[in-house]
Amino acid sequence: MNNKSLISINDYSKEEIIQLLDRAEDFEKNPSQPLLKDHVIASLFFEPSTRTRLSFESAISRLSGKIVGFTDASSSSVKKGESLKDTILTVSNYSDLIVMRHPLDGSARWASEVANVPIINAGDGANQHPTQCLLDLFSIRKTQGTLDNLDLAFVGDLKYGRTVHSLVIAMTMFNTTFHLVSPTELKLPSAVKRYIKEKNLKYYQYTDLEEVIPNVDACYMTRIQRERFADPMEFERVKNSYVLTREMVDTSKDNFKVLHPLPRVNEISEDVDSSPKAYYFQQALNGVYIREALLTTILGV
Amino acid sequence: MERKELKVSAIKNGTVIDHLPSDSVFQVIRILNLNNSENPLYSGINLESKKFGNKGIIKVENRYFKPEEVNKIALLAPKATMIEIKDFDVVRKTSLEIPDVITKVVKCINPKCITNNQNVPTKFEVMNKDKEEELKLHCHFCEKTTARENIMFK
Ligand SMILES: [Zn+2]
Repeated sequence: MNNKSLISINDYSKEEIIQLLDRAEDFEKNPSQPLLKDHVIASLFFEPSTRTRLSFESAISRLSGKIVGFTDASSSSVKKGESLKDTILTVSNYSDLIVMRHPLDGSARWASEVANVPIINAGDGANQHPTQCLLDLFSIRKTQGTLDNLDLAFVGDLKYGRTVHSLVIAMTMFNTTFHLVSPTELKLPSAVKRYIKEKNLKYYQYTDLEEVIPNVDACYMTRIQRERFADPMEFERVKNSYVLTREMVDTSKDNFKVLHPLPRVNEISEDVDSSPKAYYFQQALNGVYIREALLTTILGV
Repeated sequence: MERKELKVSAIKNGTVIDHLPSDSVFQVIRILNLNNSENPLYSGINLESKKFGNKGIIKVENRYFKPEEVNKIALLAPKATMIEIKDFDVVRKTSLEIPDVITKVVKCINPKCITNNQNVPTKFEVMNKDKEEELKLHCHFCEKTTARENIMFK
């Protein structure tokens, strides 16, 4: 058991989150610092996720750390049926910290309880992806100058989108007002709304995107996937109703920014990309700074 | 009253677990691992009960339980009482209490949970413990919540 692991965003207090964001700001100013030159980081991707892996590898490289591991479980002993516990115990011998992505929910928590080095969860199935949440928080703070008292819109698949769930839960620490825009089939689950209610914060639910944009500080877009609908006709009906257009963006407040965890399909029209209010590509870059901050904080360097 | 009690043999020393739902008796024996012990065990199901109409009972000779052992069955049998017998006399009667954390005995409802795919013991935090209807189990690993009516015992 190693308490320094980051498994779920709920493991961190508001103060710890703010300290990490501050540290990430330092790395933004000065990204290459050889703080991990004496460290070996294991990067275990039991399922492929190129985007997340590259961001971690970039962060580790900028810190001059060494990387061992695999990018896809099909080429490793995992394929021969080795248990997660055995893989983690073995890899613990060769590294100072393990970054892991795994298709099963709860796998990272289990790994953190058997490993004798810290674990960073880079996504455990449909459960948690805390570094995505941290980079979203960093992006919101950077574009708005604060995390406090914001009006945020969350758009698209609010039912299955784990990045939305984590971010909503994290933002309840900052007195956010939530504007939840989704088809009725994909509304935010009550288990997540419970966090909003516990803090006595306000939330509003909408099925129409256009009316929300002029009133919010930022908008977090997500992809609506065909496979989420039992009735394909229903998907066809809603798929174009949750597309953010340039016209909508032009009705927004001056401080408004568009966020998206990427990859995008068609939920943000391409003509939004050239707007100064489009932030999703910079948002991804912030992931490197946040991961540098996290690695160095956990390893105490 | 005395005669009814004797439908299942009286024990000299040991524990009586009374007021079990009849359909839980076999599961309770398994969860408490009494089927693998040497201690003589008597059980009854579909017995008459003034309080419940129908109840089950288990009597184990020469065996006493720590509260944390017997509380494992509290989800199955919330109304059960544990009665300790010494020399045919009742020395202590306690009602079961649902623990804050439940390990091993319950299965997670999430098929993609690590506990349903690898050899990992389950662990749940009990939520809304005081409101019986709204009781839920929160999986320590996958963080999914199982409502009371969906709880499955291993
Ligand atoms: Zn679970």
